Amino acid sequence: MELMSRQETWNITYTHALGETASYFYVQLRDNAKIFGRRCAKSGKVLVPPRAFSDETLQPTTEWVEVGPGGKIEAFTMVYEQFNNLPPPPYAFGYVLLDGADTAIGGYFKGVDLADPAKAAEKLAIGTRVMTKFAEKRTGDVLDFWFELA
Amino acid sequence: MNIISSRDRVGIIGIGQSEFRARRDDASYPDLVREAVVLAMADAKLDFDAIEGVVYSLSPDAMVGIGNAERLGVDAVGGRSKRFLRINTGGATGISSVTAAYYHIASGACDVVLTAGADKVGECGDSQTVLNKIWDPTYERQLPLGTINMLAMSAVRYMKMYGMTEEDMARVTVKNRKQAALNPRAHLRKIVSIDDVMSSRIISWPLKLLDCCPQSSGGAAMVLASEQYIHDNKLDAVWITGLATVAETYWMGDRMGADPTAEHADAHALARSFQRSYKMAGITDPAKQVHVAELYAPFSNTEYHSIDAAALCKKGESIAMMRNGEFELGGRIPVNTSGGTLCTNAIAVTAMARVAETALQVWGRAGAHQVNGAKLGIASGNGGDHQIFGTMVLEA
Repeated sequence: MELMSRQETWNITYTHALGETASYFYVQLRDNAKIFGRRCAKSGKVLVPPRAFSDETLQPTTEWVEVGPGGKIEAFTMVYEQFNNLPPPPYAFGYVLLDGADTAIGGYFKGVDLADPAKAAEKLAIGTRVMTKFAEKRTGDVLDFWFELA
Repeated sequence: MNIISSRDRVGIIGIGQSEFRARRDDASYPDLVREAVVLAMADAKLDFDAIEGVVYSLSPDAMVGIGNAERLGVDAVGGRSKRFLRINTGGATGISSVTAAYYHIASGACDVVLTAGADKVGECGDSQTVLNKIWDPTYERQLPLGTINMLAMSAVRYMKMYGMTEEDMARVTVKNRKQAALNPRAHLRKIVSIDDVMSSRIISWPLKLLDCCPQSSGGAAMVLASEQYIHDNKLDAVWITGLATVAETYWMGDRMGADPTAEHADAHALARSFQRSYKMAGITDPAKQVHVAELYAPFSNTEYHSIDAAALCKKGESIAMMRNGEFELGGRIPVNTSGGTLCTNAIAVTAMARVAETALQVWGRAGAHQVNGAKLGIASGNGGDHQIFGTMVLEA
């Protein structure tokens, strides 16, 4: 028998409030091209991206600490597949431990030739030093910065 | 002293799994749930009136494209007038649902409970778009994060820490496809070679197409009962003798650096969950006591850290043991004899299928992929950004 189907698209708009902690982070990023973390007084750890509380100690974080702009790669991948509603490939992104931070933050890796995956993987190896680069026009978003090999 | 011995275990008395394929155009979403329930009830040989409660297994709504699809599911599971609960822990949903069914009985609230669900991932054109939405909208969603690249990053760390190669990853796919070829319910059943995997297109390095699970459609259901009920009604059963759940921090970036709360290469919380399950079941040396394992591993690399977490070997030793064929059907501890998540992934019931396949193994009913003499098996489920885990020990 003939089997029928129906197509449907969900397109839903949300306006997410970012809260006080992330708002401070994004204002500093937008206005001063600086990245800040929050220190937990109990563990001493600097959490980047900054959070209002530590999930380890469950205490409120107490101090803003500027981190970076240098750092080292903790994880990476290069994506070669197109996914709907996600950026056109290829691109490389991953996590970087910025100088002065205890946790890693995600971002794109730019300026690395991705034509040969094996060579790109060597260039982006875990432990590689990188430098944070900031967009000239910043809107207060994670995409205002990215990482390039130092 | 009691004359009658304690009968407080919880048993599995019925299992139903549909055929899993990319699409099931012959069945609507509730039809697919119903199919699994009918199979499980026939297997349990029980009248439906015996079912006192239903735990509904349903992961993100957007994957099936129906908001709160448990509403449609109520009728499919015969849930009217019965206790009813929906569970969603992402990829772990299926094992979390069996866990919730277990506690309905262990608490004494019910004697017989059904758990069931289905997924139609093959109908979702944008599964990585849906999965990108499980990331924090404040700091991380803007990046193209998804489950594939998240676990590609785990692979990269595991490679550095333990020396896993891309060929080692391919070896897992080759093993699981060979085993799936023996399982008529599995979605991807074509036997492949290491060269086939290595030459398949790169999705998110080091993951290639054949290192990745498919998007499957299908349903699963299980009937659980109290030991007293099983005894009184002279039913056949296998037993859940250990179970646990463990959650880990949301932040993937916290699982890296000099002093991580958990290491992203490893499945830290999964290991803790297995420790709890083993303790409950009285297992002291899993590498010697476990006969068969169904470990939730949607990407080839993740089977290694799952084997490590199940303490079937020391961390990283799984690589050499895989090369030696120790985890193959016929090997020392066969892993994912059904083909596993790598060959079939209908997300809402994938982790239930891990429990179901382990139950069939210790029951001696696994068919062509039966492990000879298997009496004790383990199962696991992973959900979210490698964040929420469930584990079980099953015994004949």
